[in-house]
Amino acid sequence: MTDIDIVIIGGGPAGLAAAVAAREAGCDRLLLFERDEVLGGILPQCIHTGFGLHVFQEELTGPEYAQRFIDRVHALEIPVQCGTTVLDVTRDRVVTAVSPMCGLRQFRAKAIVLAMGCRERTRGALMIPGWRPAGVYTAGLAQRWVNREGWMPGRRVVILGSGDIGLIMARRMMFEGAKVLACVELMPYSSGLTRNVVQCLDDYDIPLMLSHTVTDIHGRERVEGVTVAQVDAQRMPVPGTEQRFDCDTLLLSVGLIPENELSKAAGVELAEATAGPVVDESLQTSVSGIFACGNVLHVHDLVDEVTRESAQAGRAAAAFARSAAGLPPPALRVRDGAGVRGVVPQAICAERVAEDVSLMFRPTAVFKDATAAVKIDRVEVARQRFRILTPGEMVKLTLPKGLFARFKGACELTVEVTE
Amino acid sequence: MTDVIVIGAGVIGCAVARELARFSLRVVVLEKARDVAEGATKSNSAIVHAGHDAPPDTHKARFNVMGNALFEALCRELDVPFRRNTSLVAAFSPADLHALEELKARGDKSGVPGLHIAKRSEVRALEPAIGREVCAALVAPTGAICCPYELTFRLAENAAANGVAFHFSCGVRTVAREDGGWRVETKEGRSFKARAVVNAAGLYADVLNNQVSAEKLTITPRRGEYLMIDKAYAGSFRATVFQVPTPMGKGILVTPTVDGTLMVGPTAENIADKTDTRTTAEGLAKIRQAASRLWNGFPVNGVIATFAGLRAHGDRGDFVIGEPPDAPGFFNAAAMDSPGLTAAPAVGAYLAEQIAGKLGAEKRSDFVAAPTHWPVFRSMSMEGRVAALALDPAHGHIVCRCENVSEAEIRASIRCRIGARTLDGVKRRTRAGMGRCQGGFCTTRILAILCEELGLAPEEVTKFGGGSHVLFSCGKELPLP
Amino acid sequence: MSAQTITCIGCPMGCRLRVLIAGGQVASVDGAGCGRGAVYARQECVCPTRMVTSLVRVQGRHAPLSVKTARPVPKEKIFACLQSIRAARVTPPVRIGDVIVADVCGTGVDVVATMACTEGDS
Repeated sequence: MTDIDIVIIGGGPAGLAAAVAAREAGCDRLLLFERDEVLGGILPQCIHTGFGLHVFQEELTGPEYAQRFIDRVHALEIPVQCGTTVLDVTRDRVVTAVSPMCGLRQFRAKAIVLAMGCRERTRGALMIPGWRPAGVYTAGLAQRWVNREGWMPGRRVVILGSGDIGLIMARRMMFEGAKVLACVELMPYSSGLTRNVVQCLDDYDIPLMLSHTVTDIHGRERVEGVTVAQVDAQRMPVPGTEQRFDCDTLLLSVGLIPENELSKAAGVELAEATAGPVVDESLQTSVSGIFACGNVLHVHDLVDEVTRESAQAGRAAAAFARSAAGLPPPALRVRDGAGVRGVVPQAICAERVAEDVSLMFRPTAVFKDATAAVKIDRVEVARQRFRILTPGEMVKLTLPKGLFARFKGACELTVEVTE
Repeated sequence: MTDVIVIGAGVIGCAVARELARFSLRVVVLEKARDVAEGATKSNSAIVHAGHDAPPDTHKARFNVMGNALFEALCRELDVPFRRNTSLVAAFSPADLHALEELKARGDKSGVPGLHIAKRSEVRALEPAIGREVCAALVAPTGAICCPYELTFRLAENAAANGVAFHFSCGVRTVAREDGGWRVETKEGRSFKARAVVNAAGLYADVLNNQVSAEKLTITPRRGEYLMIDKAYAGSFRATVFQVPTPMGKGILVTPTVDGTLMVGPTAENIADKTDTRTTAEGLAKIRQAASRLWNGFPVNGVIATFAGLRAHGDRGDFVIGEPPDAPGFFNAAAMDSPGLTAAPAVGAYLAEQIAGKLGAEKRSDFVAAPTHWPVFRSMSMEGRVAALALDPAHGHIVCRCENVSEAEIRASIRCRIGARTLDGVKRRTRAGMGRCQGGFCTTRILAILCEELGLAPEEVTKFGGGSHVLFSCGKELPLP
Repeated sequence: MSAQTITCIGCPMGCRLRVLIAGGQVASVDGAGCGRGAVYARQECVCPTRMVTSLVRVQGRHAPLSVKTARPVPKEKIFACLQSIRAARVTPPVRIGDVIVADVCGTGVDVVATMACTEGDS
C-alpha cells in the first residue's frame, strides 16, 4: 500500500485538466491512471474541429486539444500510468489498480478524482428487434476503427440518433467513401448542434429523418438492411410508415451513460437525472475526499466545459488533500424546478463557497423565448433570457460566489425554465 | 472408420462425446457451425430444472430428475459456475393455486425432492421483489442455474483433452447404413464412417432420424425471446420464478444468471424457419408485460441485450432418446426442448453406456476428468491475482472492462483445444463483450488479439463465422462522391 | 437576381434564412431571428467555406494520421481536397502542424497534421 495525495482515475480531457489544476494548486504527490495505451480519452479519435474555442480561443481538432493538455501534464512532470485499469475504489479511498508492467497495486489517497467518462448506449438497451448480425455498432466504436485504426466498419450506412457523434460520423464515413443513406432521429428535433446538422448532413444531402426510428434489423450474418418507421407523439412506430433501407451497417448514436461502476464501489451516491454522482459546489461527491468531473459526472456537449469543470475538481481535490480536514456538509439543496433536468451541483455549502458557482442543466424540452430563473428559498437571485433552449445543449448559469454570503443557512435552491 | 460419430456440438452432443471419451472408443464430433454451443445451447433460460413439469414416466421426467442430480457434481468437476438457487412457480389466482397442487403431485411422483407450496407471506419473504399479485408459489429447492455455453465449452474441451476429435463447419447432409456401420456425408463434401452415430442435431435431428428410420419424427422450432438485465440489479432475485405452465411451455420467467445478470423470457412461438432467431417487437413487448407482473419494479432501463433461441420441439411430446427399432447403431438424442439442458448429463451418461455396451468397449483407465482451464481474473482473490500476474503479466491488461476480462484470458480462449475463432467465440468463453457496454470498448482490442493469435487480417475476422464479417478493408479504395 | 434558403448555424434556433443574391452580393436576408443570421448568410451564400479534416496514410504502419486544412477552404473544393489527402503518404516522424499537403488544390491553404507520430509507432 502506497500513500499518495491525489489519485486521478481517467486520462481523458477531465482527468488531464484535473491533474494539471491539482499540480498547479501545489499538489506534489499525485498519480493519474489511464486504461488505454495513450492519454486523451475519446479526443484522439475526434479528428474533427470544434474544440477549444473557449479554453484556447481557437478551433482545434480533438487530437490537438488533447495534446495541449498532455504536453502540460508532461511539463509539470505529473506521473501518469497508461495501460492501467483501476479495479476498485473504497470509501476510505484505497485505490486498487492493475497493469501488465506494474502488476496489482494499492494506493491510499488523501483525495480521489473520478474522471472515467462515459459509455455509449447500445442496441440492447434500445431493444431494437430483428436479427443480430455483424454490422451494428455504436458510433464511437466505428469512430475508433476509422480514425485511430484505419479500418472501415461499413460501406452503406444508416445512422440511428442525431447526437453530435452520429452527425460527425455521417460525414466521416462519407469522407472515407461510404454511402450514408440516412440519419434517423426518434425525437422531433436533433440532439446535435445546428452547425453539425448543416455541415455534416445538409452539405452532403444526407436526409435527417426526425420522428423516425429503426424498427427492424435484417441480415443473418452481416446487416443487409434496416426498416425505418415514423413514430407518433408517444414515440411509438406508426404502422404503414415503414420503409426499408438496404445497408450493411447500422451505427448507433443514441446517448451516453456515465461510467460509474467504480463510484458505486466506493459508495458514492448517484443522481437519477444525470446518472452521475451527487456533488456539491466543489464537485465533491457524497463520499468525503472523492471528487467527480467530466462525463462521469454528467454528459457534456463541449470539451471546453469539461476542462473548466475538471480544473475546478482538481483544485478542490488539492485543497482537500492539503487540509486533510473534513468539510461541513452542504446544507443548500439544489432542486430541478419546472422545465429543468439534472442540475449539477446538487448541493451547495453557502458558508464555504470558494469560486463562482456554475449551475449546469438541460431543459426537459425545446423552449423558445425562454427564461431560466434561480431562486434560493423562493427569492429570485438570477434570471437569464434565452431565444431558445433545447435538451441537446447544456445550459450554464453562473452565480457569483459573493451572492452566497447573503444566504447562509438557506435550504433550497431551485432552477426553473419557463417560456 | 471411427467408432462413434456425434452429430452436433451443442450441450447434448458434447455431453455424449465427453461420456463416450471414458471408453476405449474413437469419437468424432461433427458440427455445422464454426463453434460449439451455436444453436439452442447458447440461447435458453440456463436453468437446471427441478423436474416437476413433465408427466411422470416420461423421458423428460426421468432424465430431468437424473440430470438435476448429476449436474452439480459435473459442474464442480469441470469448474463451471452452478448455483442451486431454488425455483418458484408463482400463482396469481385460485386457478393457478390448483395447478400448483397438480405440479407438486407430479413432482412428488417423479421423485423431485423437497417440494412444498408456500403462502403469500413466505413467498414475499423469499423474494421481496416478486410481483404484488403473487398469492402462492410451489417451491422447489433443487431448482438451479448454470451457464449452458460455458458448460458445453468445458465438456468439449475436456472431451478433446481425452482424444475426441471435433470438426467444425461440417454440416451433415446424409446418414446412411453401410457395411453394418454408418456413412455420414457433409454439405462441405466430407465423408466419415463409423460403427455408431449419435443424432444430437438439435432442430435438424428429425431430418437425420427420418433418413434412417421409418419411425418418423417432426421437430418444430419454437422460438423464445429474452431480455438480459444489467448485473447492477443482481440480488433482485435469488430464485428462479416461473409462472404456471401452459401447453406451450413453462411460460415467461425471471431468473438470475450465474454471471450476476438477470434474464426475463422466453416467449413461445412455433415458427416454420429453423434458422429464424429474430427478436420481434411483439415478443419483446410481451416479455416486458410479463416481467412487470413477475417483478415488482421491473427495471426496463436495465436491459442490456435481447436475443432469441429456438427450442427443438418434437411432435411426440417427449425427448426421443436411443435407437429406433429399425436403425440399430443410430442413437437419437432428439427433440431435446426443455428440460434438455438439465437432462444433458444424464442423457450423455445413458447413451454412452448404451453405445459402449453395443460396441463392446471397455472403460479407459487413463480418462482425465479434471479440466485444464485458464485462470479467470474476475473470480480470483487478491492473492490469486498476484500469483496469476507473476506467471503472466498479460493478466494485468484488462481488455473487457465491464466484466474485467484480461488479455491473458482472451489469448487462452483462442489457444485452447476447442479454441475461439470468432468474436462470439471469445465472448462466450470469457464473457468479454457480454457486459453492459456490449463490446463498445473491447471489440477493437479483441479483434486485434484474434488477428495476432490466428494470423488473420482484420477484415477476415467474423462475429460468428460464415459471412458475419466485422470490418471491410481500408476505405481508401472506396471512391469519393 | 437569385434566391436561396439556408439554415443559420449560429444557435439551436436554426433560423431558415431566405437570401436574395444580386450581382454576386447578398441583397437581402429574411427570417433571421438575430443579427448573426445576416452575417452568416453573407458569408455562406457568397463564398461558403469549410474546415476539412481527414486521415492520411503513414508509411510503414496501418494506423492513419489525422490532418486538417489549416484554414477553411471553399466548400466546392472539399472533395478535391480529400482526394489530395488520400493520395498523400507521410513518413514518420511527424509533428503536429507539419505541412502534409502544401497549397491543397490551389486554395492557398495547407493541409497540416493534427497528431504526431514517431518512427516507433505502429
